[in-house]
Amino acid sequence: MTYVPLDITDLVVAASLMLINGLVSWAFALKLERTLFINSVRMALQLAMIGFVLKWIFAQTSPVWTAGLATIMILVAGYEIVSRLSRRPKGLSAYLLGSGTLFLVGTLGTGFAVLGIIGPDPWYQPRYVLPILGMVLGNAMTGIALTTSTLFESANRDRTAIEARLSLGANRFSAMGETLRLSLRTGLMPILNAMAASGIVSLPGMMTGQILAGLDPIEATKYQIMIMFLIAGATALGVVIAGYAGVLLITDNRHRLRLDRLHPAKA
Amino acid sequence: MIRIDKLKIANLPALSFEVGDGECMVIEGPSGSGKTRLARALADLEPAQGHIFVNGAERLETPAPAWRHFVRYLSAEPGWWTDTPREGLPMDPKSEAQVLRLMASLNLEPQLLDKPVSVLSTGERQRLALVRALIDDPPVLVLDEPTSALDQRNTALVEEVLRYQLINGRSVLLISHDRDQVARMADLRLQLAPVDETPDSASKATSPILSDTKTSQLSTPQK
Repeated sequence: MTYVPLDITDLVVAASLMLINGLVSWAFALKLERTLFINSVRMALQLAMIGFVLKWIFAQTSPVWTAGLATIMILVAGYEIVSRLSRRPKGLSAYLLGSGTLFLVGTLGTGFAVLGIIGPDPWYQPRYVLPILGMVLGNAMTGIALTTSTLFESANRDRTAIEARLSLGANRFSAMGETLRLSLRTGLMPILNAMAASGIVSLPGMMTGQILAGLDPIEATKYQIMIMFLIAGATALGVVIAGYAGVLLITDNRHRLRLDRLHPAKA
Repeated sequence: MIRIDKLKIANLPALSFEVGDGECMVIEGPSGSGKTRLARALADLEPAQGHIFVNGAERLETPAPAWRHFVRYLSAEPGWWTDTPREGLPMDPKSEAQVLRLMASLNLEPQLLDKPVSVLSTGERQRLALVRALIDDPPVLVLDEPTSALDQRNTALVEEVLRYQLINGRSVLLISHDRDQVARMADLRLQLAPVDETPDSASKATSPILSDTKTSQLSTPQK
């Protein structure tokens, strides 16, 4: 088990690679120098900050602080879902839908992994809880955003077909059945593709990290397989919940299609 | 029989009227006067205040899917959600016989059932949608320009089918722009006056001065 720590000079050497970006921007007159500078400084500062925050939270091993950071992660991911929608629901319902679903699958998924599988002592150790929650959230977020955005887009496109079915006496879930199915499929695609490609096309980030940190590759692989199943399950659950919640959001209890609850599409 | 009691739609004054069994009411008015919104509200596809009764059942006290078996709305551009018409139609033996009978009376070849919806003509789709709307024998039909894409001959066939519905005691509410059709079909006429579509129309509509020039009136039944 070898682990080579990096010091500040190593980071400065790595940062020198940004000169290539600068050179490209200058040579092709892309005028990106300013953005480049700001964004690389921002990246370094944000990561450094989260490093200190995590170090501090890890030192506390307090469920309260862990839950606090987890809440922030869930809220930010919920916001990210809404910002990816081209047709946004009016009001706060979309944020509720995004963060609410993530809260549910994040808690369930992380709880399942930490309590049921890994079993650290105490179970709420942030160095297990937070990274696993992060991976669950990241993948569920992508799935939920794809599902809801497909749902709202195609409900709008297939309005006449959905209303034809409603007019013939279908309830809102059967009238939107095809639309919902398409949305769920779309939302599940990325994680299914990721499972097929992992290990051949891509080495998943967590496994790479554990290998770099000196863990035996076989052990790292076992962890990665567990995580892949975990995020696939959590994403599937999140996609289904968000899909049904999305149908409820754009229909009402009189089984009407209520596209007036969505903002018009962004240009 | 359908009875509408103080139904409030958009800028129109509250509407109250009744269409009896075997009666056909034609709804007229220029584009934007609220004909389609009225039709959609009758089938409860759009929120609207007021009461609607069909044979004693009240709209909001009836589950919405059941209500739409009472009041069948057929939109001007009916949507399809399957590749072929057959997949979108009930195909138990009894319904299939009825589908084929209705198709025959509307000059539609049975083979059309298995053609992709996308290759059917607008007129064929329109008549197939009428077939689809009639299969479960809804007591009230609300039809939004059901003959807009049809030639004279097929229009006559649709009207014949509607007359048969009327003879069987159903109520028909028909949106039409065609004066001759109105003359042929109407037992009752509902004239919706133009509604100002300018952005400040909401405030205008509440002003008493304009409201009497923009009244919707119910003409006397002419039988």
